[in-house]
Amino acid sequence: MIPWFAWMAAVFAMIGLYVGFAIAPTDFQQGEAYRIIFVHVPAAWMSMIIYIVMAAWAALGLVLNARLSAMMAQALAPTGAIFTLLALVTGSFWGKPMWGTWWVWDARLTSELILLFLYLGFIALQSSIDDPRKADRAGALLALVGAVNVPIIYFSVKWWNTLHQGSTISMGAAPKMVTTMLIGMLLMALAFWMYTIAVALMRVRCIMLERERSSAWVKELSGVAS
Amino acid sequence: MMQWQSWSAFFNMGGYAFYVWASFGLTVLCLVWEVWALRKRSAAALHLARLLAQDQ
Repeated sequence: MIPWFAWMAAVFAMIGLYVGFAIAPTDFQQGEAYRIIFVHVPAAWMSMIIYIVMAAWAALGLVLNARLSAMMAQALAPTGAIFTLLALVTGSFWGKPMWGTWWVWDARLTSELILLFLYLGFIALQSSIDDPRKADRAGALLALVGAVNVPIIYFSVKWWNTLHQGSTISMGAAPKMVTTMLIGMLLMALAFWMYTIAVALMRVRCIMLERERSSAWVKELSGVAS
Repeated sequence: MMQWQSWSAFFNMGGYAFYVWASFGLTVLCLVWEVWALRKRSAAALHLARLLAQDQ
């Protein structure tokens, strides 16, 4: 199943990059710099989506006392942190030529930075508690409390007067431009989705092996019993 | 349909080469690193599980 998602990710990324760089036209306001959108926006979407999915798995693990759910939450956190970092850094690379600054403490940027700290806090908290079941519960609480931040990020451009633009302003003048840009962006988002699933499945397999290495079922795995 | 007159125009990105390529380069770097680190972790976990299974 993992190779299948990995291949899907590669194919979507290839088509997405082709659409984004070869077909999508130059933006009438921002020139070619806007092409950062094809990695910035999908990364920012993923940073929020992964957090929601992670918090949902963590909640499920907490309510049902299910180990596998907690492990899924744990497997998603590093990938979410990476996409958050990428959203912030690519945003910085976009902000410098367009706004004239690498960073500004506006609501969108600040709440996204808080999201990064939530991911890092979740990872640090889980790894600092030796008993995995206690670590799961503590991590789940943090993930759930932090979930209020996600709608704040999403609506920050509406609620506050931010330097960060709303989601459609940078789109071009002609409707045709909007379509190819949007398709490129959606393809890249799909690629990141598939990538996330592949990587999270890889990581949850590692976590299971590490945690349950002394249990009988691990010993009977085809890759382990030789 | 191609937007570019030449490869050098493509790489130049209308003067924004540094910002555009840094963004995409860093993204590729991060994702490749994550997969590489996971493969290493996976191999180590499997190795340890095998050792434990052999002990008994």
